[in-house]
Amino acid sequence: MPPAIRFSGTARFGASPLFGSLTLDIAAGQWTCLLGPSGIGKSTILRLIAGLETGSIFDGRISADDHAPLTDRIAYMAQSDLLLPWLDVTGNVLLGPQLRREGDARDRAADLIARVGLAEHAEKRPAQLSGGMRQRAALARTLMEDRPIILLDEPFSALDARTRAEMQELAAELLSGRTVLLVTHDPAEAARLGHTITVMTETGLTGVDAPASAPVRAFDDPLTFACQSELMHLVREPA
Amino acid sequence: MIRNIKIALVATGIFVALWQGIVWATDARRFILPGPDLTVSTLWDSRLLLAEHAWITILEVVIGFMLGALLGISAALGLAWSGWARIYIRPILIFMQAVPVFALAPILTLWFGYGLGSKIAMTLLIVYFPVTSAMLDGLLATPRGYLDLAQTMGASRARILWRIRLPAAVPELTIGLRLAAVYAPIGAIIGEWVGASNGLGYLMLLANGRSKIDLMFAALLVLAVFTVLFHMAVDRAGRRLAKRYS
Repeated sequence: MPPAIRFSGTARFGASPLFGSLTLDIAAGQWTCLLGPSGIGKSTILRLIAGLETGSIFDGRISADDHAPLTDRIAYMAQSDLLLPWLDVTGNVLLGPQLRREGDARDRAADLIARVGLAEHAEKRPAQLSGGMRQRAALARTLMEDRPIILLDEPFSALDARTRAEMQELAAELLSGRTVLLVTHDPAEAARLGHTITVMTETGLTGVDAPASAPVRAFDDPLTFACQSELMHLVREPA
Repeated sequence: MIRNIKIALVATGIFVALWQGIVWATDARRFILPGPDLTVSTLWDSRLLLAEHAWITILEVVIGFMLGALLGISAALGLAWSGWARIYIRPILIFMQAVPVFALAPILTLWFGYGLGSKIAMTLLIVYFPVTSAMLDGLLATPRGYLDLAQTMGASRARILWRIRLPAAVPELTIGLRLAAVYAPIGAIIGEWVGASNGLGYLMLLANGRSKIDLMFAALLVLAVFTVLFHMAVDRAGRRLAKRYS
């Protein structure tokens, strides 16, 4: 069973505070969407959980409900696909095992590449792929890590509307059952994908009831629409 | 390609015409400025002698270039790996880079003798600095996202250096190599001028001493053609490599 995560604390850049004391609960085996405008500090929260450099000073606690450390249980996917230009799709998907000097994982890589629909492009370099295909390759690389916790930092925001919708569906399907934190600035995306939705503004975090239906939700579902407009109001609320 | 050949032919034609024009206009003596016809006929008559000496110079340049590049890449990797080295060794490198390498030629001849060794050392030194500096720039400029990704994947520092930072630095490295390729032949020639018993630089001095200016010009022509071809080869290989890694 993947763990639940609790993030609580404050962060500041030098003397200026980035966010005050806040607590974010990320439910086990579900998608938690953290929605907010750019520059509010949502990516910093994600990077702190991932153990990455943020340039800020964090005072608080990040823990899993099973009390085991988070390191080595996290896979990370960013807005930029971060595919290495000198490796083909297979090489990029195999990056994790290669970096850790693990044994031959080619079969599993080929399987994952097929599942994201890139079987015919496995030998291609990133420069030969479209933006959507590149993000699919990045998703396969994330799946290759086979980690219980997945941190997604606006991975679909640079894609066109159709590709974005396809990627949302694919990611929801392939990452189901894992503990996922999706950081996004798109209310429609949060309303569509989140089991749990939290809005982050200058005043702190606000929990929002996600529609009762299970993600991925249809665009034209009235409840999804309602949720989306509620999120939009919260995001635009003056500080 | 055909267009390039056409450009090269026309440019060569203009150059030869200018050369011949100066010879006619100044009525220069053949032991001051031999014309292109005399230079080419000497080139043909002395082809075996020129080939013998050219071979030595080519060897010095190619070996010196390869060793210099290898040493430069290794040094850059060491400096990228160790913050300590960057603080304490880098200033030494910058200081050494400020020393005109040509001034070291007599010392290198003293240490490595009159044979290939001192010329290779000279070429190596000339190649080493631009390669180290370009490679280090590349190694220190790895995109942040690649490093984040590798870190979440649990990669060791050594693996990140070897599998991410090194390949990501290849385009920068090729800039240093292409620059070094222009300077490398200068190192070998200076080395030969200071003390040698063969090589094109030696042959030029010898021909000069015996007033065989036509032979001196023929040697110069061979050297120029080799330098251009060497630079073109490194440039082309460098561009292909850079494209592959970016």
